Amino acid sequence: MQQVFSIPKSMKKDFKYTFCPGCDHGIAIRLVAEVIDELGIREDIISSTSVGCSVFLYDFLDIDCVEAPHGRALASATGVKRARPDKFVFTYSGDGDFASIGLAESMHTALRGENISSICINNTTYGMTGGQLGPTTLLGQKTTTSPTGRNVDYYGYPIKIAEHIALCEGTAYSARVALDTVPHINQAKQAIKKAFQVQLEGLGFGFVEILSSCPTNWHMTPEEAHKRVREEMMPVFPLGVFKEVNNGN
Amino acid sequence: MEKEKVLIKGNYAIAQAAVNAGCQCYFGYPITPQTEIGEYLSGKMQGLGRGYVCAESELAAINMVMGAVSTGVKAMTSSSSCAVALMQEALSYAASDELPVVLVNVMRTGPGLGYIYPAQGDYNQAVYGGGNGDYKIIVLAPSTVQECVDLTYRAFYLAQKYRNPVILLADGLLGQMMEPASFGDYPYPEVDVSSWALTGAKGREARKIYSVAPDEKKQIQHIYDLHKKFEVISQNETSYEEFNVDDADYILTAFGSMTRNIKAAMNVLREKGLKIGAFRPITLSPFPYTRINELATKKKDFIVVEMNMGQMFKDVKYAINGKSNVELVNRPCGEWLSVEEIVSSVEKIIGRKQYAASI
Repeated sequence: MQQVFSIPKSMKKDFKYTFCPGCDHGIAIRLVAEVIDELGIREDIISSTSVGCSVFLYDFLDIDCVEAPHGRALASATGVKRARPDKFVFTYSGDGDFASIGLAESMHTALRGENISSICINNTTYGMTGGQLGPTTLLGQKTTTSPTGRNVDYYGYPIKIAEHIALCEGTAYSARVALDTVPHINQAKQAIKKAFQVQLEGLGFGFVEILSSCPTNWHMTPEEAHKRVREEMMPVFPLGVFKEVNNGN
Repeated sequence: MEKEKVLIKGNYAIAQAAVNAGCQCYFGYPITPQTEIGEYLSGKMQGLGRGYVCAESELAAINMVMGAVSTGVKAMTSSSSCAVALMQEALSYAASDELPVVLVNVMRTGPGLGYIYPAQGDYNQAVYGGGNGDYKIIVLAPSTVQECVDLTYRAFYLAQKYRNPVILLADGLLGQMMEPASFGDYPYPEVDVSSWALTGAKGREARKIYSVAPDEKKQIQHIYDLHKKFEVISQNETSYEEFNVDDADYILTAFGSMTRNIKAAMNVLREKGLKIGAFRPITLSPFPYTRINELATKKKDFIVVEMNMGQMFKDVKYAINGKSNVELVNRPCGEWLSVEEIVSSVEKIIGRKQYAASI
């Protein structure tokens, strides 16, 4: 019999699945592991971790990791990369870590054009603390700290992360992907791979924003949550590649 | 390097000592009165092919240091007072993660933005810390430009030896003054970091440097372990200087550059026939509680002289533990307490006590 499916080698063998049912973190982390395997870089990786649900990356991946305080993953990653330019350095954060408390660190890492890859999970809320208004919360969205829905007068606008990162001259790649359908999952994997490859080629900062579901805090079934990703998130956060620098281009 | 003396500014001395110590990366954000450290290192580090980032903030700077040292290299940042306040979160993480961060604080005046007058108001910030949780930092306080060199060397060594953050607590006076100093070679052995440094999980299990898992028993044990480690640091590394304490009735006590003036005041008072000694902790953390207690047991009174509202005073009082008396001579900031001011304050204290004893 032919084996057609297996756990990526970069995944730990004894992990416990700790995310909520229907959460997209599981798919995203698996895609990261597959890309690490395909590029053969597991033994060269030092990752700086975030705070939030995304921190559990280090429970799943069999790679060296250093903890960073909330929002400081990209600063920590910069330190790692400057100390060991020969190592592969990436971060995996939520939108709160990357684009709220850590926006300065994220933006400046892109502006400096650090050879670092970064993945940001955008689920329009603070997941770990139980669904509060975050930097990407959509207009009209109800959260525990916007009980009547996000309105501009009171709460201001959500941030379009991938577009902002694309504006930074040091960015080599910036894309937004989703995990709601199989074709989108395949596209997401290719985007992660590209964001990793620009680091390997020394082209600059590689970034992927992943639109993700949070069924628990959205009070939805996994299916309803993916429908929301399509129908409510994508019109505001369109999928696509916002910047791509190729070798010699 | 030759033991030749050069006339050099304290900030430059710290920066050059860091280079000699093998500091591979510097990350910093400008703030007076320590900006020369970053200025000096920018060109140096680039020339040596080492890492340097003009960080976007002090938050970023110290987190860059944490990332860098997690890979086993030596790295540092420098800052001053109100900006060191921004780094307190990271120091708590670094202590818990057992990361050998080196931070230089060239103190200015607070609270708040304050100003660039010299002061010693960050004793509590350095020794007791502004981060969350039970953690301890090693704090070294130089009193001369030569010690800016020597203690910078020691800071890098102790940080790696004990995997603990170290603060070099200097002040604006030291940072800005020029004095002869010799560098010599980095005098400490290189510490083997291979058992914990992150280098990529090649041929070994993956390593994770993090505070603690959400597990009550592990958390409790972790805090006990950190404190046990600091007991060892206290036993091995507590250091101080003392002068003429054997026959002294009163011991002038200061830290950092105020040490210079209490030594001079001691000499003036000795010439006047008063039995005065001087004591100066070099490590503010671990603090020389035991030695101060021994001296207090011999009925020697202490007079603490410092440029703050009595921060080290409390530690001296705690060390004395009622066995003798302690007085405070201080000013919160600005012009350094002069030798004359210290002499006249001491004479007043002694006169008051003699009068009290005579009635």
